[in-house]
Amino acid sequence: MPSIRNLLMRQEVIIGLTIVALSIFIGLVNPSFFSTANVFRILRATIIVGMFAMGVLIVLISGGIDVSFPAIAVFAMYVTVSLIRSGTLPDNLILSYILAALIGLGLGLFNAIFIAWLRLPTLIVTLGTLSLFRGVLLFFVGSQRIRIAEVSPSLTELSRANLLTVENPGGGVANLHLAFAFLIVLAVIVWLLLRYTMLGRSIYAIGGDREAAERVGFNIRRTQFFIYAFVGLLAGITGLTFSALSREADPFSIVGIELDVIAAVVLGGASITGGRGTVIGTLLGVLLITLMSSSLVLLGISSDWQRFVVGLLIIIGTTIPVLQARLRRRVAA
Amino acid sequence: MSEEILRVQGISKSFAGVQALNHVDLTINRGEIACLVGENGSGKSTFIKIICGVYTPDEGEIFLNGRRYKQLRPIDSIHEGVQVIFQDFSLFPNLTVAENIALNQQVAQGRRFVNWREVNAIARQALERINVSIPLDVTVSELSVANKQLVAISRAMLQNARLIIMDEPTTALTHREVEALYKVVRGLQAQGISVLFVSHKLNEVQALAERVIIFRNGMKVIDTPAQEMTQEKIAYYMTGHDIAESRYEYQAKDAPIALEVSNLSRKGAFSDVSFRLRAGEIVGVTGLLGSGRTELALALFGAQPAESGTISLGGQTVSIRSIQDAVRHGIGYVPEDRLTEGLFLEQSIANNIVVRIMKSFAGRGGLIDSVRKAAEASNWVQHLSIKTRNPQLPVKSLSGGNQQRVVIAKWLASLPRVLILNGPTVGVDVGSKEEIHTIIKELAQQGLAILVISDDIPELFQICNRILLMQRGRLVNEFETQAIDEATLADHLLETVNQGQ
Repeated sequence: MPSIRNLLMRQEVIIGLTIVALSIFIGLVNPSFFSTANVFRILRATIIVGMFAMGVLIVLISGGIDVSFPAIAVFAMYVTVSLIRSGTLPDNLILSYILAALIGLGLGLFNAIFIAWLRLPTLIVTLGTLSLFRGVLLFFVGSQRIRIAEVSPSLTELSRANLLTVENPGGGVANLHLAFAFLIVLAVIVWLLLRYTMLGRSIYAIGGDREAAERVGFNIRRTQFFIYAFVGLLAGITGLTFSALSREADPFSIVGIELDVIAAVVLGGASITGGRGTVIGTLLGVLLITLMSSSLVLLGISSDWQRFVVGLLIIIGTTIPVLQARLRRRVAA
Repeated sequence: MSEEILRVQGISKSFAGVQALNHVDLTINRGEIACLVGENGSGKSTFIKIICGVYTPDEGEIFLNGRRYKQLRPIDSIHEGVQVIFQDFSLFPNLTVAENIALNQQVAQGRRFVNWREVNAIARQALERINVSIPLDVTVSELSVANKQLVAISRAMLQNARLIIMDEPTTALTHREVEALYKVVRGLQAQGISVLFVSHKLNEVQALAERVIIFRNGMKVIDTPAQEMTQEKIAYYMTGHDIAESRYEYQAKDAPIALEVSNLSRKGAFSDVSFRLRAGEIVGVTGLLGSGRTELALALFGAQPAESGTISLGGQTVSIRSIQDAVRHGIGYVPEDRLTEGLFLEQSIANNIVVRIMKSFAGRGGLIDSVRKAAEASNWVQHLSIKTRNPQLPVKSLSGGNQQRVVIAKWLASLPRVLILNGPTVGVDVGSKEEIHTIIKELAQQGLAILVISDDIPELFQICNRILLMQRGRLVNEFETQAIDEATLADHLLETVNQGQ
């Protein structure tokens, strides 16, 4: 039976309590916060950040970092939609997703070559490819915004699909977008992968001690190839989902989201130095970041403050584990 | 007839022209505890790496369980039951005890999925086999060093270990933990597992080993039953010469008084301490832990200033309220470990020597006067006879003994009149210890007054001309080293304990 003290040592519990406290506070100031419509709105806002976060979680656990995923996402998304527009690709949702995923996979493998094979530092490689992929996209593919409704009936259909529809007591309906299911399914897959497969354990092992992982007999190169390829594939899928949610394919979108995503994952207890992190923690981190950035308006706080608050959260979130570790050492001593 | 686990014949290995191992023959039998001893650079590590297949020897043969290997790969070595427990243990700090123990086996079996119940069962059994209990669900980063080591040992056991090699296993353990480790090692032996203990601590060799093997300069110099060895013999074989037992002879009995302390007190640390230290003297301060010896040193250095009493330097009463005061009045203090650590290995010898007084070379605009800096450095290189072609070479180009001279030069560069050394050779191997002693004696002969704080009684006898004995914050006795022997001092030390109880 874990004691209360031990529970408070877990980052997930602290983030969870923060979310509850913050929700109660916002709800007291503005009761419309607890309306079904608003809850669905917040959940919808977690979809894209959450899907990206699952990939970033895996990278962080392995002791690396990837900042290129937004560029991969926008690249895969824009190329796919452009091909539908030009008629090269038939307007079929499954085919579109497969193509976006393959483009993402290819770009992820490009990262993996430098990271796993040439052993270059992950931050530098992905910073480079972030610019590279985006540059290629804007220069060679195009920089015009495409409205989804004008080119793809299938994506338009997706953009209107709902997972849940609830009638509001005051009339009208509240909808939860279908893509929320994507996030849930993905979270379950990543959780199973990390917890119950040797591949998942090798990711933790590499993040904990790379040399020891090598001595145990893990194939580090193969694991790293998997990680960056997986992040790429996931980015492709997320990118296309983004176009459905926003109902347009904008080549200037998505890039810039990476800081929020990494912040959410770190807030959720993943260690930037590798070895630690959980799916539940990450989901809570995503929820907290989303709550902050989408609910400050309900509190009557200017949206200019959002960046400030997100920054503050990151600092606090990274301070907590350090204080916990120090406390634990004192208790042990 | 005992069964051979390991036999190597005529193993040699060189790196870039340096002969690390030179025609070594060695046999380890089933269920034997052997101790491999040698100074740094004697070839111990190279030998271990050859046995576990990391290095391939230039010549020679390796037999494991009777099978001959020309090219031993790490995987062969593991299959033959060789397990090395390195000093860093190779554990995953972020994973639980259970997973750390079971992971190797799971990977070796080519598993794709994890069965957590099985992982826990494997780990529980492995810990039972060495008869220790550690909670399975704790993250390894939260364990003590001793428990980490036990996790590493039980992991090794799971690989059907027949020979466990432990590299300096007791370095970071407390006395009680060392005893517990001995018990585990003897338990391994009872199960027919051989243990090769690599160490440079002489008392350990005698407490545990049945056989002692000593390496020097890449050669095996002796291989003999442990009961035939004495500490002196081990030291002799390690260093290749008798460790001089000569005591420090203090000649000029009427040299000026460098430091005089009268009635120095600090509440809860020491009280009413008075003594004199003449130029050229080496005086030891000893006592049990908590006797106030370290606190006295810290008071003289201003780190924890005394509350009453006086300190005079060269006949002048000075007030030492802070470390800056002490430095200004010419008191140098070298804390524990600092004679072996604290060098910037990649930086030049010259920079290392002057690093503490770099500021004094700053000219107008704060720029460093490199001509003066170089002159100062070569002055010390000459003074302490540091053997180098050029002081601009990095410190790592020096031998161990010369590196220690650089450390001392660094502390001397600020020109102290009194040097306080706290535990100058804690954790240092026999050869380097002798080197440090030689340097300390040379310095005293040049007129420096030296105070050595130590609980290593043989060491005090080797370097001091006088020993002060402290007990419960008081100076209770004073001996001329020439007048007594180690046993008498040890008796006095114990006597003070008994009186205290």
